[in-house]
Amino acid sequence: MNNFIKHKGLVVPLYRANIDTDQIIPKQFLKSIERTGFGQFLFYDWRFDENGVEKTDFVLNQPRYKNASILLTGKNFGCGSSREHAPWSLEDFGFRVVIASAFADIFYNNCLKVGILPVVLDEEVIAESVRKAETVEDYQLTIDLENCKIFDEHGFETAFSIDDFRRYCLLNGLDDIGLTLQYETEIADFENTRPGWKNFARGT
Amino acid sequence: MKTLYDKIWDAHIVHEETGKPALLYVDLHLIHEVTTPQAFAGLRLANRKVRRPDLTFATLDHAIPTIDRNLPFNDKIAEKQVEALRKNCEEFGIKLFDLDRIEQGIIHVFGPEQGLVQPGQTIVCGDSHTSTHGAFGALAFGIGTSEVEHVFATQTLPQSRSKNMLIKVEGELPFGVTAKDVILAIINEIGTDGATGYVIEYAGAVFENLSMEGRMTVCNMSIEAGARAGLIAPDEKTFEYLKDKPFVPKGKNWEKAVEYWQTLKTDDDAKFDKVVEIEAETLAPFVTWGTSPGMSVKVSENVPDLTDAKNETERKSFERAFEYMALNPAQKVEEIEIDRAFIGSCTNSRIEDLREAAKVIKGYKINEKVSAMIVPGSMQIKKQAEEEGLAQIFVDAGFEWRDAGCSMCLAMNEDILQSGERCASTSNRNFEGRQGRGGRTHLVSPSMAAAAAIAGHFVDVRNWKFND
Ligand code: SF4
Repeated sequence: MNNFIKHKGLVVPLYRANIDTDQIIPKQFLKSIERTGFGQFLFYDWRFDENGVEKTDFVLNQPRYKNASILLTGKNFGCGSSREHAPWSLEDFGFRVVIASAFADIFYNNCLKVGILPVVLDEEVIAESVRKAETVEDYQLTIDLENCKIFDEHGFETAFSIDDFRRYCLLNGLDDIGLTLQYETEIADFENTRPGWKNFARGT
Repeated sequence: MKTLYDKIWDAHIVHEETGKPALLYVDLHLIHEVTTPQAFAGLRLANRKVRRPDLTFATLDHAIPTIDRNLPFNDKIAEKQVEALRKNCEEFGIKLFDLDRIEQGIIHVFGPEQGLVQPGQTIVCGDSHTSTHGAFGALAFGIGTSEVEHVFATQTLPQSRSKNMLIKVEGELPFGVTAKDVILAIINEIGTDGATGYVIEYAGAVFENLSMEGRMTVCNMSIEAGARAGLIAPDEKTFEYLKDKPFVPKGKNWEKAVEYWQTLKTDDDAKFDKVVEIEAETLAPFVTWGTSPGMSVKVSENVPDLTDAKNETERKSFERAFEYMALNPAQKVEEIEIDRAFIGSCTNSRIEDLREAAKVIKGYKINEKVSAMIVPGSMQIKKQAEEEGLAQIFVDAGFEWRDAGCSMCLAMNEDILQSGERCASTSNRNFEGRQGRGGRTHLVSPSMAAAAAIAGHFVDVRNWKFND
């Protein structure tokens, strides 16, 4: 997994509530058995018209937001399907950070596995950042995961919180399968001390 | 004093230390073709095995055609994904219920039907509607592909404990109001992120009186309220449903199992972090009008007006939804005309759903402007519906009668809405483009979808003239 320590980048506002994973990556692109190459399909139905032509009015297509790496969005981002293709496509497109006032649970976990940092901030703070990202040319934010701080060059700074253990894994880019396998004996003990019928899947 | 959720949680802790998520044991891992190929690839890369292939079960559902599916697929990319699952299951020793098997079906219909899902278990699947299995008093939730790989390799998952929410619906459901309407009403009430961070326990007379099928419909859509999982305490009905299913313990082990399952209920004085109470008598058949499952109204009402929005953000999302759905603010629901009807999905494709639809359809023909299909949740249900004579009722009325699969619930195969088409659907998501780019989805119960297919527009099934 990618590690994440500190990131400074261009901010793009896509300020709508309840953006679901079907919007982030529509189902027709889930048939691939690879893990890469999903960036081209990110927000497909919003970025392209029926003929595959870029819609110029969609915010991600505007020249000033090309190369944005921080997505600023509305509450309950990532609701819907559990498809990890959603963070894969965000990451492949170039996003490292998503900021919202609330995330859907499975999506939040999936981001951390992919090495994207989901940052939760208050709705008012987000609304203000959206305003800046819309009005200030080349508006950038810096996210410092070591100190759990987010700031810009115009005097804005705030703290955010994230579970300590998740932060630790992200800072170090740890593969959590490896971490879990340290408890191999405990897993085996757990299995061996269960009553036989709980090892159920045999129908006997 | 513990809730049902706490009891299941505590019984599955393999390792716990402060400051870290607990390591939970996974009793059952269900898998399908779409969210697993990259997890298998990860295993191969790291030279790892599936730790418990005997606790892992696969079927095919999402990308498969629902007609002529034993022929080569028209969609070669989907076929490749299906082939990949077959190969992976063989290589890693996992049991696959393939397209030629009577057990094949939507993963969340298949699991309970085979008795794989049992009270008190922890169950995961790379699919958000894994919450369905909470109907049996199992802790069941959806996971991403990296987590699928983690479960493959370790049969455990690091998890943080959720908060407890109690949703109580007391009283008796009025005529024409189904499990689907109950859950749509709940989501309407608490919002699509109302249960984020919580596991919901559903309790009260309404859930006690629901069949197992109805309970599955309710738990299925817990995720649409943002919940980690939904739970209903197991009871005699649960045991009755499970008895003699293929993968359920037998003989002495059955008795031991039931004895344990009977302990799986929330203690009388256990505390919930949040409690929501709803009166059954206030409920009615619901129809979603917008592009999020929380945007719903009673069929007898009008869609909201812009002035009903609670704030600026909500007003904006109303406007956007009206535009996408091609509806006017304050429009009467019964005047909304449909082009398509879809009865199926892991929410509403079980035998009871089909019986409910058949009651409405019997003796009628579908409206000439409407095309409609019924997609059973499993091949076993298909067979049963044919034996009970339901299939004949559907076909006589002009419905297409398909093979089991997810079909137009997510439209990954050829079952898809054309841009601008409007559909009465028994599925669980009305997101933009969910059933096809530009398609307009209204979520309803099976009887409401059936009635709309016949009338050509939404109608209040409470006033339906049944031919029985
Ligand atoms: S029927 Fe729909 S919601 Fe259920 S598993 Fe299939 S795609 Fe997902």
